[in-house]
Amino acid sequence: MLAAMISSIEEVGGFFTSVPLIVFLPLAGLLLNIILGAIFKDRWGERASSGIAIAAVLGAFVVSVLQWLSLQGHHEGVTVMFKEWIQIGDLDIPWEFRVDTLSVTMMLVVSGVGTLIHIYAAGYMHYDVRYKEDPASYRRFFIYLNLFIAMMMVLVSGNSYLMLFVGWEGVGLCSFLLIGFWYSRNPDASTGIGNSFAAKKAFVANRVGDFGFLIAMFLTFWATGTLSFADVFEHVDAIAPGIVLAITLFMLLGVTGKSAQLPLYVWLPDAMAGPTPVSALIHAATMVTAGVYLVARSAPLFAAVPEAQTAVALVGGITALFAATIAVAQSDIKKVLAYSTISQLGFMVAAVGMGAFVAGMFHLVTHAFFKALLFLGSGAVILALERAHHPLEEDGHEHDHHDDHGQAAEHHFDPQDMRIMGGLRKQIPTTYWVYLVGAVALAGLPPLAGFFSKDEILADALHANPLVYALLTAAAFLTAFYMGRQVLLVFFGQARSEAAAHAVESPRVMTIPLMVLAGLSIFGGALNLPGLHGLTHWLEYTLGHEFAHATEFNITVALTSTLLALAAIYLAWLLYGRQPATDAKAQDPLQARLGGLWRAMQNKWWVDEIYEALIIQPYRRLAAFFAETVDWRFWHDWVHDSLTGRGFRGLARFLANPVDQGVIDGIANGLASGTVGLSKVFSFFQTGFVRNYALMVFLGVVAMLGYLVFFA
Amino acid sequence: MDFLLEPLNLVTFTPFLGVLVLLFLKEREDLARWVSLATALITFGVSLYVLSLFDPSNPGLQLEYTAPWIQVAGFNIQYALGIDGLSILLVLLTAFLTPIAILSTWHAVEERVRDFHLFFLLLEVGMIGVFLAQDLFLFYVFWEFTLVPMYFLIGIWGGGQRMYAAIKFFLYTMAGSILMLLAILWLGINQGSFSVPDLAAMGGIPANIQYWLFLAFAAAFAIKVPMWPLHSWLPDAHVQAPTAGSVILAGVLLKMGTYGFLRFNLPLFPQAAVELAPLMGFLAVVGILYGAIVSYSQKDVKKLVAYSSISHLGFVVLGLFALNSQGIQGAILQMVNHGISTGALFLLVGFIYERRHTREMDEFGGLWKIMPVYAVITLIVSLSSMGLPGLNGFVGEFTILLGAWGGGEGGPLGSNLYAGFAALGVILAAVYMLFMFQKLFLGPVTNKKNEGLKDLNLRELAIIVPLLVLIFWIGLYPKPFFDLMGPTVDNLVQLFQSGTMALH
Amino acid sequence: MIPVSYYFALSAILFTLGALGVLIRKNAIIIFMSVELMLNAANLLFVAFARTYEALDGQIYVFFVIAVAAAEVAVGLALIVAIYRSKQSIDIDELSSMKG
Repeated sequence: MLAAMISSIEEVGGFFTSVPLIVFLPLAGLLLNIILGAIFKDRWGERASSGIAIAAVLGAFVVSVLQWLSLQGHHEGVTVMFKEWIQIGDLDIPWEFRVDTLSVTMMLVVSGVGTLIHIYAAGYMHYDVRYKEDPASYRRFFIYLNLFIAMMMVLVSGNSYLMLFVGWEGVGLCSFLLIGFWYSRNPDASTGIGNSFAAKKAFVANRVGDFGFLIAMFLTFWATGTLSFADVFEHVDAIAPGIVLAITLFMLLGVTGKSAQLPLYVWLPDAMAGPTPVSALIHAATMVTAGVYLVARSAPLFAAVPEAQTAVALVGGITALFAATIAVAQSDIKKVLAYSTISQLGFMVAAVGMGAFVAGMFHLVTHAFFKALLFLGSGAVILALERAHHPLEEDGHEHDHHDDHGQAAEHHFDPQDMRIMGGLRKQIPTTYWVYLVGAVALAGLPPLAGFFSKDEILADALHANPLVYALLTAAAFLTAFYMGRQVLLVFFGQARSEAAAHAVESPRVMTIPLMVLAGLSIFGGALNLPGLHGLTHWLEYTLGHEFAHATEFNITVALTSTLLALAAIYLAWLLYGRQPATDAKAQDPLQARLGGLWRAMQNKWWVDEIYEALIIQPYRRLAAFFAETVDWRFWHDWVHDSLTGRGFRGLARFLANPVDQGVIDGIANGLASGTVGLSKVFSFFQTGFVRNYALMVFLGVVAMLGYLVFFA
Repeated sequence: MDFLLEPLNLVTFTPFLGVLVLLFLKEREDLARWVSLATALITFGVSLYVLSLFDPSNPGLQLEYTAPWIQVAGFNIQYALGIDGLSILLVLLTAFLTPIAILSTWHAVEERVRDFHLFFLLLEVGMIGVFLAQDLFLFYVFWEFTLVPMYFLIGIWGGGQRMYAAIKFFLYTMAGSILMLLAILWLGINQGSFSVPDLAAMGGIPANIQYWLFLAFAAAFAIKVPMWPLHSWLPDAHVQAPTAGSVILAGVLLKMGTYGFLRFNLPLFPQAAVELAPLMGFLAVVGILYGAIVSYSQKDVKKLVAYSSISHLGFVVLGLFALNSQGIQGAILQMVNHGISTGALFLLVGFIYERRHTREMDEFGGLWKIMPVYAVITLIVSLSSMGLPGLNGFVGEFTILLGAWGGGEGGPLGSNLYAGFAALGVILAAVYMLFMFQKLFLGPVTNKKNEGLKDLNLRELAIIVPLLVLIFWIGLYPKPFFDLMGPTVDNLVQLFQSGTMALH
Repeated sequence: MIPVSYYFALSAILFTLGALGVLIRKNAIIIFMSVELMLNAANLLFVAFARTYEALDGQIYVFFVIAVAAAEVAVGLALIVAIYRSKQSIDIDELSSMKG
């Protein structure tokens, strides 16, 4: 069936015709998993599930590579028509794929990093499902992951805003499903709110962004008569500047939702409730970068209105700094990374906002490498503690005594809390080394990937907008600081809990993807080395020379940021490394020094509470007011039942009793009772005695005779 | 016999043949079910036969059947049936949903089984008749005729307050219909014809009179839809009606209102439609937001779904009064979508009600673990209802909103705020739908009574899977559906392109 | 010759006796007899006037009346017997079931 569908695509040469496979392979994988799940069980079931899922994503990666190869001959890219979709009047939006350098870059990142994370998850989820006591969920996890890859591929390969939107909401759905993967868990210490609440929060926050995206699409369609990228961009000059500004600002709202920028970022930290591979894949490497991709894709629109560009850049810059301050004060290993992700997304958004589209995309790619690495590494750390604390049967029983702590201890054990870690570099050296690579890359030290990409953004910012440059530089300083703090807290010093002291290294199925990602994090900078500008030239084919300028390497910027990063790491060492805490309950050294500021950062500037008080509670009250008071008590009960219903019954009763009974019935009844009365009078004469009748006959005769005699 | 062999007569009266058979089956309850199901399936088959005869490229009425009916004192009332792009999908939807609804009653209706199915099939006659009638008087007869079986379905087989709900439903609808009857009589007397196509072709009704006629028709239709603020009968009727009744009520009966706007208000009174579009659009948008907000605060699942209908049908009305192709085609598709998605939601609520005999959301929680298949299906249907791209609801909502935006600035609605505020409904829909899903399926299993619940059985899957297929089909490849209505709608829209231009 | 006025007076006395008997007496048989008395008072007048005007019509009527009276007695007595059987009485004060 699939073959028949593909053959209907017009021939464009190369391997382009196979591009729908990047969507259909993961879909086939998930369908196969749904069907096979009933057949295989237990360990074999797990192997089959993860095997199928990995094969599907790997297949998508291979197809992506084929697209990349095909592009070598057709740098301008092609569109591949698959099937009609919505066609009404002027509105004609087909299922059409776009293969160009920009989308292929995204495809490669998504499927490449996706494959590594799938492989890692095959190992990680084996343990996770057992710790959550629901081994049957293993298959479900891979079904969701494959669905996510399919949706992400739709997002990056669509040839129109609407198709991009399909993927955009589709990945939102997958995010919902995966955040809520352990849907039956109640709120606990590590997640703050229950998984299902976090999932709902993510979906709704994204929907707010999608609302902006929808409006942007309406504006675009009625201004240009189309939604496919190339046609829209052709018309940019013809659209009124005010409309373009509106389009881009509404699009920005969509970006803030999906890419977790101010003010809609709040869902991302809670999204950490999902399994760690999900955090790596969706909430760090791929999905959250969709907003950046959207802006890069819409480069001609954004470039047409400087006001919008400034807005985007400022949103990105402020978010970068804002999230970085929160990351400094978190004690949950994943929460630090989550806020770091928001901060780094701020870098990318600021970059594409300033018109440095290539720099943004470059950072997107390198960030995908090192942030996926960090998240997966944190997963390995968490698992190491979990396995030490509560070994599964297959791990042996050497630490059985922990079970004796009973349920009470179980509740307080939080394997994500950095305060109970420490000294892990000896227990889990492989994880330590790869994590260190990721951290250094993120901190932006040369010559790792993060240095080059971040530096390019900063160099651009210095030209474009000094304020944004200042914001980003400060954020970069904090980034290096909190990563230093995290590495020192987790891997250095001494173990601050029994579990940390006995941490167990992860199996190779998990560490090998980590090593690959570490390699990419080290060498990823080569993609767009200063002077060579590989990625710039690559993306120039799509973005055009105007928007894909090569940024000159700025030695001042590079030196400043490197020195700042080193200073931040040194500061972190002074605070956390020189005299490491020995007790899990010890106060954070920064707490005493920063006081109120620390509390604000630790409590995330109370944004969640503010939203709760300003938006969520009022809405809940409004809904309850409308539902109970306005609609039910007033409209349903009072107006309809009391006023109309009882009013009508009252009128009916009035008509029935006084009017109908009194007047109308009165007449009818009066007629009847009159007849009865009259007949009573007459019946007086009817005595039943024949004599009386006879008397009357006589009297009658006498009367008649009398009349005849005397009057006639 | 010739009368019955006409395709449109056949599709209208096939259920009636089933009614005749049922009349002889007083004691045979099982047989009554099978006869009813078989009749409904045959009717669906006949509707597909009608589809096979239908020519999508022809914008006019097709397969017409006309016979003189009541012709006294200058009244020329005809028995006239016809089908075109506006009605074909709704006829198919009716014929499709009826067997599904009947199948859902298998164990839910145990008393007076024969009578139940008798009324159900009579209802189908009325509904199909409403969509096919091309004579105002005949339309009115079918329109009122649907009230009777529905009244009994709610009043006899309903919940605790069934009589209240049934009477409210009946009176509310009657009240609106009276005004429509007056308008119909005015048209019949002053224009000399009751024939819808003739009246549309004739035109020439003065603008100020169009205004009143429009409002008189709108009163009947707005109550049926129901548009805010005339919705108060809907929660009662839905909550009290048996599952199958709710499915048909939401799936088809409400569509009679929106269909009425489309079939009568737009083509017969085009000038009034253009002038009153802002009013209708305003009520629609208020309905969208109001329904969505009120849904969020419900405790009874069925009531939540009922209020969500108000929101969804607000989208349909908004699309209709955008008065452009995108809006109207989206609205027609959304009628079908709503029938499928909300019908499916009511069925799903029915499934759980049969198991637990409660619909209070607080009674549930964590059902995913106990009934995974049920949970996944409900998730898909909820997502479809909230308009997730790739599922049916999105195609309808997107085209409606796009149309409404186009009909905004410089169009009949006059402002883009209509579409803007309506789009907010997309956010609110996610809020209440996810709230419901979370309450029922996520979190730990807190109520011991839920622990032993059985997942869906084969009969229930057979009911729900056809709906799922359509949810995906329309979401991924709606072209066949748009193709059916396209030419007719384009024809209709031309009326307004000239009309709008005359106005502005 | 005895003048006709004498017959007339006798007839009037007889009729009055009969009428009073019908109106006053309770016994059904006596009422019957009173009725006969009234009939015979009429007969007397018929015969008297027939003699005075020398026309036979009156005498013919008398025969007619005697025949009808005989039939009447036959039916009337049968009725009285039937009433007595059901009511055990022929006191007509007790026979008021026709009262309206």
